[in-house]
Amino acid sequence: MNGENGAEETTYEVPIGPIHPALKEPFLIKFRLDGEEIVDAEPHPGMNHRGIEFMGMHRNPMEVIPLSERICGICSIVHQHMFTTATEHALQIEPTNRARYIRTIMCELERIHSHILWAGVAAHEIGFDTHLHLTWKIREKVMDLLEYIAGNRVNYSMWTFGGVRRDITEEMHPKISETLEYYEKTYDKLENIFLKDPSIKMRTKDVGILSKKKALELCGVGPTVRASGVKKDVRIDQPYAAYGDIDIDYVIPSRYGFEDKGDVFSKTVVRLKELLQSIDIIKQCVAQMPEGEITSEPKKAALFNKLEKKDGEGIGRIEAPRGEAIHYVRLSEGREDIDNWKIRASTYNNLPTYAPMFMGEQIADIPIIAASIDPCIGCMDRAEIVDIRSGETETYAREELHELSVEKTKKLKEEGI
Amino acid sequence: MKLSKTFDKSLWVFHVNSGSCNACDIEIVAAVTPRYDTERFGIKLVGSPRHADVLLFTGPVTTKMKEKVLRVYEQTPDPKVVLVVGNCGDTTGVYFDSYAVEGPIDTLLPDDAHIIYANGCPVRPENVINGVKEAWLYLEKLRGDDE
Repeated sequence: MNGENGAEETTYEVPIGPIHPALKEPFLIKFRLDGEEIVDAEPHPGMNHRGIEFMGMHRNPMEVIPLSERICGICSIVHQHMFTTATEHALQIEPTNRARYIRTIMCELERIHSHILWAGVAAHEIGFDTHLHLTWKIREKVMDLLEYIAGNRVNYSMWTFGGVRRDITEEMHPKISETLEYYEKTYDKLENIFLKDPSIKMRTKDVGILSKKKALELCGVGPTVRASGVKKDVRIDQPYAAYGDIDIDYVIPSRYGFEDKGDVFSKTVVRLKELLQSIDIIKQCVAQMPEGEITSEPKKAALFNKLEKKDGEGIGRIEAPRGEAIHYVRLSEGREDIDNWKIRASTYNNLPTYAPMFMGEQIADIPIIAASIDPCIGCMDRAEIVDIRSGETETYAREELHELSVEKTKKLKEEGI
Repeated sequence: MKLSKTFDKSLWVFHVNSGSCNACDIEIVAAVTPRYDTERFGIKLVGSPRHADVLLFTGPVTTKMKEKVLRVYEQTPDPKVVLVVGNCGDTTGVYFDSYAVEGPIDTLLPDDAHIIYANGCPVRPENVINGVKEAWLYLEKLRGDDE
């Protein structure tokens, strides 16, 4: 492990397995170091390749809906929404108005669970496991609501072409408003922990800075760039589902009296404030929800007929909890399978922003910076460190990085007192 | 092999993601956190397979992860139990016709591996706890009478 006396005397490889009990998938980033300071970072994804696009192109669109939500278990609604809207676009059918509102409510409920999950992971990365447990306890409430509405905790299979398969009825409203009230009450607690606690502030302020210029240059998306002050949100720029009818604004830190700095702290501000925004959106949706059918094509046979006979291509865009994501679908006449399917998830856009964020930071800050973009294809499983003085390669296991991070928090706490 | 009475009481678990979609992984974390709280049974996620009694596999085993799954299995000391979490480790599930999938896991591991399944897509946290209970029952059989 890298001591304070410099890396030369201690460079060695630590063989703690290729896989680690990380919360997400395996993933590799190569760092170049000058002593403790990071001078270069290069991400290497690809361990989790399951060939989903290939499989999708050998199944009919109806079968692809459940497959599309299994791209990622955290943003399953996001992917099924994009796939269904892209196919609807290709088929030129429209979802019913009521379905649009139900879709919006579900998307926002997922944003709540995803952001709270992120807050827990971020707390874990800097060594506050108590907060991990606290946030995950808070998160269970929205999981209960999702299960109540959709019938499953994760992977809901609620979407269909032309609408949704489950209604949000009048009798579900009390449970929804009860959950939203709970989050409004607990929000202050979360804000106290993540925005006011001095030790968390020490670890997140001025760490992993992404300037507005770099954010625009590297085409980052979602909370990652909104924290730098970039006004970019598909829900507002190109409204889908019911977002066109709803009063929303870009969540950037300067709107709430914070600085648009682009560091980990600003990203925390954006994610926490988006919780409030999501609660507001769901309230508006429940209040305005129109009456009517939940799907525009209730007859399965007619829908299959349409899917087989239609030539066309479509695009589905969404503001996922991690940022903009796109699906492209092409259907051709006389073919049951999908002709072409292309997925581009938000983490793909956000990965290049790692390079400027890691620049000049310390090894102990790697876990929290890596977590700050909320990477969906994996938090960092293993990092390879190249010391530019000795030219030797050293491999850090995730666990050790985590220990380093926890040590830094302890040290800062002692100094602070 | 005879085990002492205390062996099976607090199982240490090592979690391997062999190409899963995150859904089972977050449900496993949910099982560890306060609502389900498996730590009250002494069940703990550990950082190395060499410390583990139970190996927890999620995912259908992608081509790149196959070798690593086998290596982790070999690194875990005997006696061990493999707990396959989720449908895709059991049957490869929705990924059955993929070119990048090598699973299911039971076709890759040695014949004498003791495999327990916690099914569901994704698995429910209760089912993870049930799977660990099954592991207990199996390890109890290995306990020595005289100890």
